[in-house]
Amino acid sequence: MSDLKDLYQEVILDHNRNPRNCYIMDGASCTADGHNPLCGDIVKVYLRIENGIIEEISFQGQGCAICTASTSLMTESVQGKSVEEAQGLFDEFHQMLTGVAEEQGVVLGKLQVFEGVREYPVRVKCATLAWHTLNAAMEEKKKDITTE
Amino acid sequence: MNISAGAATGLDIEKIRTDFPALHQEVHGRPLVYLDNAATTQKPRAVIDAVRSFYEHDCSNVHRGVHALSQRATVAFESSRTAIKTFLGARDSREIVFTRSTTEAVNLVAHSFVRPRLNPGDEVLITEMEHHSNIVPWQLLCDEKDATLRVVPMNDDGELILEQLEEMISERTRIVSVVHVSNALGTVNPVEEIIRLAHDKGVPVLIDGAQAVPHMKVDVSALDCDFYAFSSHKAYGPTGIGALYGKRQHLLEMTPYQSGGDMILSVTFDRTTFNEPPHRFEAGTPNIEGAIGLAKALQYIEMIGIDAVQAHEHSLLAHAKEAILEVPGVRLIGAPQHRAGALSFVMEGIHPHDIGTILDQEGVAVRAGHHCAQPIMLHYHLSATVRASFGLYNRVDEIDALIKGLHSVREVFG
Repeated sequence: MSDLKDLYQEVILDHNRNPRNCYIMDGASCTADGHNPLCGDIVKVYLRIENGIIEEISFQGQGCAICTASTSLMTESVQGKSVEEAQGLFDEFHQMLTGVAEEQGVVLGKLQVFEGVREYPVRVKCATLAWHTLNAAMEEKKKDITTE
Repeated sequence: MNISAGAATGLDIEKIRTDFPALHQEVHGRPLVYLDNAATTQKPRAVIDAVRSFYEHDCSNVHRGVHALSQRATVAFESSRTAIKTFLGARDSREIVFTRSTTEAVNLVAHSFVRPRLNPGDEVLITEMEHHSNIVPWQLLCDEKDATLRVVPMNDDGELILEQLEEMISERTRIVSVVHVSNALGTVNPVEEIIRLAHDKGVPVLIDGAQAVPHMKVDVSALDCDFYAFSSHKAYGPTGIGALYGKRQHLLEMTPYQSGGDMILSVTFDRTTFNEPPHRFEAGTPNIEGAIGLAKALQYIEMIGIDAVQAHEHSLLAHAKEAILEVPGVRLIGAPQHRAGALSFVMEGIHPHDIGTILDQEGVAVRAGHHCAQPIMLHYHLSATVRASFGLYNRVDEIDALIKGLHSVREVFG
């Protein structure tokens, strides 16, 4: 069962039980819906972006422990960061879960708890759904900017 | 623990298990406990050998060669059709059409039987309990023809509400298409009665038998259904092949499904004459080894005895149903009076995918998800369930392994 402890670390179980920033945001500057059709996980990410900074982020959704905890921890880690920084974190996170090299740096902080997921390839998408959704929301915002 | 579940039903499970090579392996250091039979079953040695033997000795195309190998392949392929006819209780081998799957069989009926007779305002009747494969083809067809897809509801026990079904069959209904055994809930539907109700109003019936054929005696002549679809791989045969039973008079009236070689009598650039059924519906080189493997699988089930299989699986289900409820927080989904093959459940506060991953670490293979039956999930306000599904080779102590695994799940999640 030691393998499972690597996957279901205490931080993940805690964020699954008590997800942070889990509410519907009024006045969000952009939102996006993420859906994993294979397993039915759904997540909606709300962003309030001001001057390129993620001032507020929240989510609503329904998913497994990995999906819920990943979304919750993501909201904590990108709050106050610039859109570019958040995208950088996504790349790092994605690299940690799917990359071959073990070169991920210390920047991931708490997000490092998801390292164990890479041993469970079918669960990688559970951990990355929130990030893809965040990315879509930020892209949506960019589009808004370019059309203005 | 008791491993002789078959004793009561006369099956020698240990001997049967020696016929299935894939069962004898370890997964994550634990003996494999395979409880995902509703997704696909493992294959007996006889099936694997039959497929290999075809490629080693008789590999050739069918219906077109004068040489020895082609003749042997054709005989083997057509004998498989006869074996299916006999297994399903059909009257004529020409009533058996080879398809890729149950899904393709449903699509074939939708395209070649219903489509030409479906007018704007007509109705197709299905049920809330259907697999997506018995929903989506009808949705597409109804959209195209401006027809209406009507859905018979089920109750919270996971049983169809027959009174409503009867009321919903109207003079506009062109087909009733209903699942024999629910893949997500295990419910056995009273298809005899449904067929009778539909026929009383002159409406033809298609039965999706994917989850019925491996678990119970199916006799299409006794049922008097118009069409019956099933897949090989859920009944111990190879993947990529299934069959459609269709009443001869229907098949004769039906237009081609796909077109190309083998389904024609003559082709000129002006005109093509189509072959007779069933070949009219089998364009292209078929899955020859699949058909041969499928016949072997049906022969294997007959050798064990489908009634004995049913009794054995029934005792497994009864044990599982009781044992699983002893795990704190477990709730069974649906409580149908008649159940076959599968059991769906959820655990309080723990997502089915987490349960599936943890069980896998214990060597226990189950399905976690919506089982391609999202309307059923919607009925119970769930996004997913865990499904344990049984086959003729499962033992009572494998249910105990499942239960032990569920206790591990609770440990991990505290």
